[in-house]
Amino acid sequence: MELFINQVLAGISTGAIYACMALAVVMIYQAIDHLNFAQGEMAMFSTFIAYQLLQWGIPYWWTFPLTLIISFAGGIAIERALFKPLGNAPVLVHVAGFIALFAILNSVAGLTWDWTIKQFPTPFGNAPFLGSQLISTHQAGMIGITFILLILLFVFFRFTRVGLAMRAAAALPESAKLVGINVSWMIALGWGMASGIGAIAGILIAPVVFLEPNMMGGVLVYGFASAVLGGLTSPFGAVMGGFLVGVFENLVGTYIPGVGNELKLPIALALIITVLVLRPGGLFGRTFVQRV
Amino acid sequence: MTTAHETAPAATASKKAAAAAAPSMNIARVASLITLALLLLVPLFLKNFYIFQMTQWLIYAIALLALNILTGGSGQFSLGQSAFYAVGAYTAAVMMEILGVNYALTLPVAGLICFVFGFLFGLPALRLSGVYLALATFALAVAMPQVLKLHFFESWTGGVQGLVIIKPDPPEFLKTIGLKVSQDMWLYYFTLVVGIGIYIASVNLLASRSGRAMMAIRDNQIAASAMGIDVPLYKTLAFGISAGITGVAGALGAIAVAFVAPDSYTIQLAIALFLGMVIGGVGWLPGSLAGAAFIVFVPNIAESISKGLSGAIFGIILIVIIFLVPHGARQVAYMAQHLIGKIGKSS
Amino acid sequence: MFSFSKTRIAAISTAVITFAMTGGNAIAQKKYDTGATDTEIKIGNIMPYSGPASAYGVIGKIQEAYFNKVNAEGGINGRKIKFISYDDGYSPPKAVEQARKLVESDEVLFVFNPLGTPSNSAIQKYMNAKKVPQLFVATGATKWNDPKDFPWTMGWQPNYQSEGRIYAKYLMTEKPNGKIAILYQNDDFGKDLLKGLKDGLGAKGASMIVLEESYEVSEPTIDSHIVKAKATGADIFVSVTTPKFGAQSIKKVAEIGWKPLFILNNVAASIGSVMKPAGFENGQDIISANYAKDPTDPQWANDQGIKNFDAFLQKYIPEANRTDGSVMFGYNTAQTMALVLKAAGDNLTRDNMMKQAANLKDVQLEGLLPGIKLNTSATDFAPIEQLQLMKFKGDKWELFGDVLSGELGG
Repeated sequence: MELFINQVLAGISTGAIYACMALAVVMIYQAIDHLNFAQGEMAMFSTFIAYQLLQWGIPYWWTFPLTLIISFAGGIAIERALFKPLGNAPVLVHVAGFIALFAILNSVAGLTWDWTIKQFPTPFGNAPFLGSQLISTHQAGMIGITFILLILLFVFFRFTRVGLAMRAAAALPESAKLVGINVSWMIALGWGMASGIGAIAGILIAPVVFLEPNMMGGVLVYGFASAVLGGLTSPFGAVMGGFLVGVFENLVGTYIPGVGNELKLPIALALIITVLVLRPGGLFGRTFVQRV
Repeated sequence: MTTAHETAPAATASKKAAAAAAPSMNIARVASLITLALLLLVPLFLKNFYIFQMTQWLIYAIALLALNILTGGSGQFSLGQSAFYAVGAYTAAVMMEILGVNYALTLPVAGLICFVFGFLFGLPALRLSGVYLALATFALAVAMPQVLKLHFFESWTGGVQGLVIIKPDPPEFLKTIGLKVSQDMWLYYFTLVVGIGIYIASVNLLASRSGRAMMAIRDNQIAASAMGIDVPLYKTLAFGISAGITGVAGALGAIAVAFVAPDSYTIQLAIALFLGMVIGGVGWLPGSLAGAAFIVFVPNIAESISKGLSGAIFGIILIVIIFLVPHGARQVAYMAQHLIGKIGKSS
Repeated sequence: MFSFSKTRIAAISTAVITFAMTGGNAIAQKKYDTGATDTEIKIGNIMPYSGPASAYGVIGKIQEAYFNKVNAEGGINGRKIKFISYDDGYSPPKAVEQARKLVESDEVLFVFNPLGTPSNSAIQKYMNAKKVPQLFVATGATKWNDPKDFPWTMGWQPNYQSEGRIYAKYLMTEKPNGKIAILYQNDDFGKDLLKGLKDGLGAKGASMIVLEESYEVSEPTIDSHIVKAKATGADIFVSVTTPKFGAQSIKKVAEIGWKPLFILNNVAASIGSVMKPAGFENGQDIISANYAKDPTDPQWANDQGIKNFDAFLQKYIPEANRTDGSVMFGYNTAQTMALVLKAAGDNLTRDNMMKQAANLKDVQLEGLLPGIKLNTSATDFAPIEQLQLMKFKGDKWELFGDVLSGELGG
């Protein structure tokens, strides 16, 4: 029983990593209606920018907003320079563009900051949280920030004009244009916000997994899986998805004899696909009916 | 977000172009004959190493053709082709090395096993579309290397170490009639024959009733269903056929490289195949050759420019291509056809 | 025969002497295979400059810089080295393509230090069929020492199995009644080291193992495995990991308040790129083993070998990160290669390259620990077979005990 509780707690703390990334995934999905395969690398790059700022001696609490602003601007710049010109090209071509972006960011980060792992500081410390050695204060802080972000996003999409306009632009671009929404800039704004949230995710994840150019490779797969499990239309679902995947993966690895540990990712993914087959919109998402 | 929206306009545009210019049929025919002649003759003048590279190029082209049938034919999106490729490769390797079966016989078996595997995978995939299907196939590609090194199968698959295969020699009768053919050249022509066979079969498939049913699904699933097309059957069938052909390509790849290991079939391969399809032009079978050339040669170009930034240069080349010709080689071909047609008319 | 631990001047003068001694008949006996001429020696190399293992690409860059240095100083026996290095992206099929390109198109004399067990496994048969040396491969798998079946393939670094055996020996004397939890990377490297460890523990030791847990490189963190390992009640923890996961395991073990006897494998023992990021306070008393000097270890600050190493980096590749263990690896392997080429004199045939590589006698390199020597023979294709145990104290590794060989009873 103790092992069970331990694994659940460890799963929640790993799940916080996935939840953070899943939020960024949902953000970009809300804006452009598909997944960005370069999102993990963008987050990694933002984290390296934060690392560089810290190296230059800028205090942490200045670095944090600065990195957010740089990432936000960077996200918009990438959209304007790369994906706006692709405009009406097929989605598959956009995916190829994401892969190109992935390759460029990874390679440039490797050349600039090389491939050794770097320690990244945490503002929360690494002491045991509430006496539990399985969740550190950093991980508790991470969960806290994830929920704050979640609330902010909820308010943004539900109650602000820009948020509503952004949802309209992603869901029904033509109708949105008719009511005077600047769809093109809504997409750019979505890229900027997704990039900013990615930066937060990267900054929170780096102290746990160590900063290096391939840091987000594994995280992104889990982030996608979590977002899809929870429902790509629901930020809340994405966060829940993250925790569920984290806990479930640990339980598979611990309790399925023989293959559990070797195949914990495949088994977790298979389960997610099963959920999707039963509930195509994800656990907390909505499904849309397509008309002819 | 299904691929239907994207491929449809290009496809209709191409049909219009084809209908408008009757001589273009001849241009296309001449172009294919020239390509075929080049494929047959060029290796005779090359060193073995380049023949080997051409063999790999053909093998990737077969795998891309398979992906084209799936995405271009039935509108389903796959980032998991490396999994089928791996199953085909391991089938060939295990049959040749453990069971001692002749290499040529492994191809149909690899194809069949992958067909079944793909068909079964296609069943749950029926309920998924767009990003969800992308994730499911992506998951398959990520999971495959882990399954291949599972300790249960180790005595068969060689586990993390992989399996070394003995490269087949050209058949004896070639020697008796006085032809000296190297291993590489023999494998090249063997691959070429298999590839042409698969190409002809695929063209016929897409032109057949089943092919038209698939394309109707691609263009509008609900409308297709209303027309009485058995949507689930054709969608899973497309998955099965695509996986089967990919499996044959995988088996050929294993024989040509003479080695299989879990590290050979990672998500990188799936991504390379996906990019190859986009570069070749979605749904245009001859584009597979162009896409395969991209997979084999562009990384070499990138690294020759800079070792440290080869990834970035690869990315930049990719971006330049999709900016110039978003519909890939297919767009280039239509542009060329148009140009030749114009010249023909004005003269 | 050679002693590279002396200053460079000494090394060069020895070379001059060697050359002078053999000079008389050498002129008469100049022998070349493809890839060697009076003015040039072509060396091939394959590295993962892109893809999942791109962190190791730096090895190729260091080797290139080292051969630039050799050329700037006059080359080897008057010949310039042309180092042709290609990217395989850590993909075995691509490695085969690149190996064939090197051999058949660039026509190199031999292929030096291609990296990765899968890539080397893929090209081994081809290289041996072509009778082109596959020298000093950059992998610690045990299978490269097989002169009977693969006379054209040779390893370089101590193999993972011997390393595992050395830890086993240590555990059997230090904690014969301990309970061992092992975490290993699920690939050829992890499995090889695990095998050595288990072989070394033998029948009695096998009962000491309470957990063998594998992880995949695709996992973002290995935290849950550590939690599981602690729950077994083990008092010995063996971490068979690559640098990133090594650092994670050190940090997590400390965080959850577990205090086992901690063994960390050599691959993850770099001070600059593992111990420091993981936090020195978390790494105290960890046991590991090494054969090379760690340039980031303060105890070598005044060592002549490390000074030469730094001078080389400064002049030929200033952008290199000396905390990266791969940099020292590239330096040491390139030096070994230069020595073997020098020894080959004017007989630059593939056959003689293997003969010279298999004729290293007590060679010391300036980047290796004192007492670690390279030895090969016609029946022994494993140049480095020794390691020394060490314990982490403060901010450096304290070497202890004798230089050990992993061969049981040998």
